[in-house]
Amino acid sequence: MLIELINVSHVYQDENNVKALKNINLEINKGEFIGIVGHTGSGKSTLVQLFNGLIIPSSGTVKINGKNITNEKSNLKETRRHVGLVFQYPEHQLFEETVYQDIAFGPKNLGLNKDEIQARVNEVMELVGLDYDEFKARSPFNLSGGQQRKVAIAGVLALKPDVLVLDEPSAGLDPQGRKQLAELLQYLYQELEMTIILISHRMEEIAELSSRVIVMHQGEIVIDDNPVEVFSKEQKLHKLSLDLPQITEILHRLDERGLKVNTSLFSVSEASAEIIKALRSK
Amino acid sequence: MLKDITIGQYIARDSIIHALDARIKIMITTILIIALFTIDTFMGFGLFTAFVLGVILLSKISIKKVLKGLKPILILVLFTLFIHIFLTNGGEVLWSWKFISIESEGVYIGFFMVSRIFILILFTSLLTLTTSPLQLTDGIEYILSPLKRFGVPASELSMMMTIALRFIPTLLEEADKIMKAQQARGADFESGNLIQRAKSLIPLLVPLFISAFRRADDLALAMESRCYRGGEGRTRLHELEYKYYDFVALGMIIILAAAVSFY
Amino acid sequence: MSLIEISGVDFLYQNENSNRPALQNINLQIEAGDFAVIIGSNGSGKSTLAKLLNVLLTPSTGEIFVDGLNTNNPDNTWKIRQKVGMVFQNPDNQLVASMVEDDVAFGPENLGIPSQEIRQRVDKSLEMVGMSGFQKFAPHKLSGGQKQRVAIAGVIAMEPDCIVLDEPTAMLDPQGRKEVMETVEYLNKEKGITVVHITHFMEEAVDADKVIVMNQGEILHKGTPKTIFRLVKQLKEINLDIPVAVEVAEYLRQENINIPDILSIDELVEALC
Repeated sequence: MLIELINVSHVYQDENNVKALKNINLEINKGEFIGIVGHTGSGKSTLVQLFNGLIIPSSGTVKINGKNITNEKSNLKETRRHVGLVFQYPEHQLFEETVYQDIAFGPKNLGLNKDEIQARVNEVMELVGLDYDEFKARSPFNLSGGQQRKVAIAGVLALKPDVLVLDEPSAGLDPQGRKQLAELLQYLYQELEMTIILISHRMEEIAELSSRVIVMHQGEIVIDDNPVEVFSKEQKLHKLSLDLPQITEILHRLDERGLKVNTSLFSVSEASAEIIKALRSK
Repeated sequence: MLKDITIGQYIARDSIIHALDARIKIMITTILIIALFTIDTFMGFGLFTAFVLGVILLSKISIKKVLKGLKPILILVLFTLFIHIFLTNGGEVLWSWKFISIESEGVYIGFFMVSRIFILILFTSLLTLTTSPLQLTDGIEYILSPLKRFGVPASELSMMMTIALRFIPTLLEEADKIMKAQQARGADFESGNLIQRAKSLIPLLVPLFISAFRRADDLALAMESRCYRGGEGRTRLHELEYKYYDFVALGMIIILAAAVSFY
Repeated sequence: MSLIEISGVDFLYQNENSNRPALQNINLQIEAGDFAVIIGSNGSGKSTLAKLLNVLLTPSTGEIFVDGLNTNNPDNTWKIRQKVGMVFQNPDNQLVASMVEDDVAFGPENLGIPSQEIRQRVDKSLEMVGMSGFQKFAPHKLSGGQKQRVAIAGVIAMEPDCIVLDEPTAMLDPQGRKEVMETVEYLNKEKGITVVHITHFMEEAVDADKVIVMNQGEILHKGTPKTIFRLVKQLKEINLDIPVAVEVAEYLRQENINIPDILSIDELVEALC
């Protein structure tokens, strides 16, 4: 078991004392691609911050690789090496003079030597699609928004985490940027066998990429299943005022109107082919 | 974390103290500060505290909340206390060890100063607790406005304060977020000596400043597009108006302060 | 004369080293009561165009008239800014005051409106954006969609003829986007306020009277949503998001299945069943 949450609750200690998480039990295994959906304020961001000890829950136990991190404060640094977290708009945390130095910040904190650091920076820049020689000496602040985001993600990848958690990584990206990001995540998941946890409002993204979808609502996990099952629960999702992926919505509606189609396809081209097939056999 | 800093953050209540005119409250606070510095007995402090407690009761803000807001200054208070206890000489020697000695004068002055600081912050925080930031800045603007003819940009100063107050929570939230993001990359803000710690703040401060500048740019544009062109010709949603009880309160405080000072 | 007339406008940023103008030969009319949507990807010049309408920038060449007032004439600046209100992308960076009602009052205060009337305008504007009852809230306690609606109220309180919204939904979650779009549509349809909505989400152009597609500082296409959405390929080439229903329809057409011009899922389903 990679990540295990046992009876975890969390209350933010401020004037409102919001109960952000209510009695969460969750197991995440190595090699899963987990999509987390839910409204703003449903507890998604709090949940993922538990995974690397940025938030210590008010009650309950969090285990990473079998180790309880809820009471051993001293080992949090070690935990964070295993669980990389990319925050929303991560480009807002860039601070170094050059792209190279910024990406090297994590590895440096791990205490790696110069050669190792350089090897890692080189490697992750290639992964996110930034040419090493072209970009290493440039200031991150003179890059486009999309490139800045790549630098920021590379900065987390450079820690070589086993688990990569991303909070709304595609927010504000254009279609091309989103496509590149999706390809990156798929590569990390399939080729490098990383465990990925993705928070997103874009149901399309969640449906196409994840192997398991967790739906959160008011601090609780209300659905936890594979994407086909989750997105077949149309009514339940609507009740939580969450959208279906648009393509799923189309397939469902056609199906209801008597055009027999397979409603579990998430790619637009496949779904279109399915509709064409159904129309022709009608 | 950073978000917990709440010295004197406005708490809305429906009370007489809240309803007082901001200008009057600022004047009263100033008078009380002066009065406080004329007090030189613990008895005086006691009476003063009793008075402030009365005001807190009238303000309908729970004493617990007021005191909670004072937590951040605890360090300052303790620091002052220790400085005086260990460094002020005079009176009997109460305790000594090698070159360190505690003398009665130091203990007395220490507690005296601490009481003064504590009361001072207690009732000045009451000003900001019961006056919305906007009223407060308006009040300051009104009080400063006679100085306009000497070139003091009173309206602009008050606009700056308004904006600062508006953005403090936003920037604190942001600082919290950046801090977490850097911690997730293995940054360590908590250990090491002073220089290391100061250095470790760079990954926090650089993004924070960049973001603050970006916000400032955006805000300037937004304000311009909403026809802001300095204080001249501006009107107010909330015009400040004196009511009779404002003067009653001011009168009472003046009499009280005079009595305290002569006593 | 149209409410907004843009003729032969070029714009070149002074401080940048690139010589490519941010805007090139822009000609555009926006009529009173229009719901005009400008779409384009990053760097297409759409935000620059927005700033020109509000005199935050003035054209390098060419002229813009707002309600007959030339933006090149400095005497008109404040009149035009009152007529054309602007809402920006980042909800956090355009609210000035630490209380909702004071923020909405900011514009009217600058215009020198008497305090009683400001009160009425503030309450009315907040009601129009569905934020009545939030008068005393602090902006940082609101959701993104709510903040944007407060920003819109702040503009409406100045009683403008036209609102220019520069990517107001780009940083919002789906819920917030819905709230803002519903508000904007309400103001246009029910209150007759002219809207220029700038976005890179094509879905938001579905209900427009006029869609303007921008790319690299130029206007690429102008037309009704139906005529624009037919250009799936061209729009994809300039890196725009195509609504899924439109994309599906395009796939079907390629397979010689006859589909009328559709804009939404509803229309697609109707066309197929």
